[in-house]
Amino acid sequence: MRRFVIGSARNLLHRSHQNSQFQRPLLSSSYRLLSSSPSANPSSSSSSTMAPPVALNNINPKVLECEYAVRGEIVTLAQKLQEEIKAKPESHPFEEILYCNIGNPQSLGQQPITFFREVLALCDHPAILDKSETQGLFSADSIERAWQILDQIPGRATGAYSHSQGVKGLRDAIAAGIEARDGFPADPNDIFLTDGASPAVHMMMQLLIRSEKDGILCPIPQYPLYSASIALHGGSLVPYYLDEATGWGLEVSELKKQLETARSKGITVRALVVINPGNPTGQLLAEENQKAIVEFCKQEGLVLLADEVYQENVYVPEKKFHSFKKVSRSMGYGEKDISLVSFQSVSKGYYGECGKRGGYMEITGFGADVREQIYKVASVNLCSNISGQILASLVMSPPKVGDESYESYSAERDGILSSLARRAKTLEDAFNKLEGVKCNKAEGAMYLFPRIELPEKAIKAAEAAKKAPDAYYCQRLLTATGIVFVPGSGFGQVPGTWHFRCTILPQEEKIPAVVSRLTDFHKSFMDEFRG
Amino acid sequence: MGVKALDYETLNENVKKVQYAVRGELYLRASELQKEGKKIIFTNVGNPHALGQKPLTFPRQVVALCQAPFLLDDPNVGLLFPADAIARAKHYLSLTSGGLGAYSDSRGIPGVRKEVAEFIERRDGYPSDPELIFLTDGASKGVMQILNCIIRGEGDGILVPVPQYPLYSATISLLGGSLVPYYLEETANWGLDVNNLRESVAQARFKGITVRAMVIINPGNPTGQCLSEANLREIINFCYQENLVLLGDEVYQQNIYQDERPFISARKVMMDMGPPVSKEVQLVSFHTVSKGYWGECGQRGGYFEMTNLPPQTVDEIYKVASIALSPNVPAQIFMGLMVNPLKPGDISYEQFVRESQGILESLRRRARIMTDGFNSCKNVVCNFTEGAMYSFPQIRLPPKAREAAKQAGKVPDVFYCLKLLEATGISTVPGSGFGQKEGVFHLRTTILPAEEDMPAIMSSFKKFNDEFMDQYADNWNRSRM
Repeated sequence: MRRFVIGSARNLLHRSHQNSQFQRPLLSSSYRLLSSSPSANPSSSSSSTMAPPVALNNINPKVLECEYAVRGEIVTLAQKLQEEIKAKPESHPFEEILYCNIGNPQSLGQQPITFFREVLALCDHPAILDKSETQGLFSADSIERAWQILDQIPGRATGAYSHSQGVKGLRDAIAAGIEARDGFPADPNDIFLTDGASPAVHMMMQLLIRSEKDGILCPIPQYPLYSASIALHGGSLVPYYLDEATGWGLEVSELKKQLETARSKGITVRALVVINPGNPTGQLLAEENQKAIVEFCKQEGLVLLADEVYQENVYVPEKKFHSFKKVSRSMGYGEKDISLVSFQSVSKGYYGECGKRGGYMEITGFGADVREQIYKVASVNLCSNISGQILASLVMSPPKVGDESYESYSAERDGILSSLARRAKTLEDAFNKLEGVKCNKAEGAMYLFPRIELPEKAIKAAEAAKKAPDAYYCQRLLTATGIVFVPGSGFGQVPGTWHFRCTILPQEEKIPAVVSRLTDFHKSFMDEFRG
Repeated sequence: MGVKALDYETLNENVKKVQYAVRGELYLRASELQKEGKKIIFTNVGNPHALGQKPLTFPRQVVALCQAPFLLDDPNVGLLFPADAIARAKHYLSLTSGGLGAYSDSRGIPGVRKEVAEFIERRDGYPSDPELIFLTDGASKGVMQILNCIIRGEGDGILVPVPQYPLYSATISLLGGSLVPYYLEETANWGLDVNNLRESVAQARFKGITVRAMVIINPGNPTGQCLSEANLREIINFCYQENLVLLGDEVYQQNIYQDERPFISARKVMMDMGPPVSKEVQLVSFHTVSKGYWGECGQRGGYFEMTNLPPQTVDEIYKVASIALSPNVPAQIFMGLMVNPLKPGDISYEQFVRESQGILESLRRRARIMTDGFNSCKNVVCNFTEGAMYSFPQIRLPPKAREAAKQAGKVPDVFYCLKLLEATGISTVPGSGFGQKEGVFHLRTTILPAEEDMPAIMSSFKKFNDEFMDQYADNWNRSRM
């Protein structure tokens, strides 16, 4: 039976400095990232009559408040264990750490798309473009595309700051790609290229949040960029719960309820974040659902922040990704009807180019005066990295049928996507076989978010260890098997329920080992703590 | 439907307060004119490659190989790439955790941070800890991260030079803090007088502001002055006495055009001063691949180094960095290459030195050409550009010109710069974008236009300026041509 505990929602709404019992801040005494600097004398820093200007008790409290579990405590421990294994291979009952905590495909062996890298290399070093040897090393269409791109960059200077929204010609290509995807036009002037999707999210939070009285509706569970960004900007997170029992469904009635609750507390709700496909939950929204969400935002005057970075990660043939832009336009809603910001990234999909920091937001439905302000904020950082901009345009306009590289490109793409779908299924089945664990299907994205029923004894053990039960489970799993999951408390969950997030990214050959180690550990954990 | 969430009226006020003139009114007008077909010379931003400076060959070879590692397996790769570039690419790829496409450590690739620490040690003669060096997507991001830690509200003040690079004023606005200006002395070659500092701090405290940090830009932007060692000692002592974090923006440390005052880092001076100062003054130093003779602005590569910050503060900064996951990896490799350059004997060494010195020597010449050119103009006085990439001449606008500006609803230097733009296509940034003393006007241009274009640009400027000055002179000279 579902329980929506208002108290916990309030807890999320009004984050205070007091750490809640189960939310362990990154700043625990056991979490030391660094040795002290060799020249520093530990006692001298407090010996002067004044407190040092930047110390914990006087830094920006919003910095103290924000948290980000994906690279949090469990990862620090994993890195420590990794060092120990390197120094002394027999020091642990496993040979290697298996990082299943972060959507970082290429760190786990996924190969980049050859065509994209050919074009990027040529754009990085255009001096070789007219050399005959280059034809022997690069495909003809990658050379052609590089020329095309360089012609769009003033002076062919990939080392120069571009327009603060990104190179115009690249935005044209992205707009064309959006139109081809959706069947509705896109304006290059609505596009802001950013160093990954995350900075674009921060920009919008900065614009929207004036004080803690401004609230942003966020899904629970959510990707913790949102909670962190809202905390950093001093706003309030207004949670809406996805329904685990119906495959993490998003009910508009739940949205309405949380909106009203927030308003009754004097919160001005400014925007609704929807992550589709979901992270950590992986669900793909049905089109009817999306229409209801659009209608809701229109009625309530909310900005719809559509995080669509996993749009190319869809593993179920019966469902398709539909962008919110397409859905809104198909309802006949245009610029005057709905304010929509759509985020896309080069980090996910089948390209997985996390380290490049490429992405964009497409902004529709607001006035020129607001656009000016967004431009102004973007201009302070001058521009996003050019290589990432080029990659974003390639992702939105990849090789087409008939292009020389099309066959190898599509083989690489399909190989990666079908492998991801297989891994998603294998891991889902494995989780569902574990005692007390139930795992919804990953329809998309890169994660599984199984729910675990922990025996009372385990929960007590967790309390004694001063950890959230899911964090306790994850730590025990790590130290026994080397597998790194992120505790569900890092994403939010219905209070009293426990989950963890696991990526589907370890290479296919490693998956059997993950499954068997996990299964063995789980059995012995349950044996230890079963009532 | 009523008020929409993204209506102008309901935007975060701090966003509305932000000004960033470098890409403000003049730039937008210049872009408009460019679209209409007018030839524009963009001198508004320190963006060398946009004005024809070529990228250094070696780093581009290395990064191209890292982008497409399958090239390294091709037997013909040596036809296009020299052996040392190939070796260096393999070196950097081995330092990554999955090539350029994987998020790195949120602080940056450990091996590259080690190279940065080694660079700092070679430069200053004091060891540096890679754990206290964080790579960022450009130095600007690092500045924003640090200021975000410091500023709690408008009660917190940051000492910023006037004139300053408006990243500081913009960021302080965005974060809701207070800018505490300290004026540089134009007649003393933009020197820094500690008495000015004391006065600024006293005034701020009188208003109830807690002054938390002091920014120095060395070499200066837009002013170009290189701080002397004595000056740096005064500043560090001042920070020690007043309990301020020192933020050392040293992104132009490679751009030095005179020999009397070579670059000396704030950290070196601080270490030279010994305890207690060397152990207690909190310092954050910033650097980048965007300036120097590299000019790789589009890569967005930078770092900051922390000295004497408590470990728990460093932890918090790390935490915030981790939300952005990681800085972009290609730029981290550019940074590694910049701090760990080629050595004599390396195959590509001579070409690298030739290219680098060529750029630096040309910048030095252009700094002189521009300074002299401005000083030959009516009512224009220009300090020599000792370093960085800019010229910041003072334009002595006659009362009639100021009046005309008022009529046009524009700040006088904006008025002048718009007229300059429309007459000559030269796109500058008005001094008001950087801050200046009341009633004194400047403009900032870069020294980056190609050397062969400089004489024509300077004479075009002179023609416009001298005509402008005649037009608005107190006694209208009817006999002018």
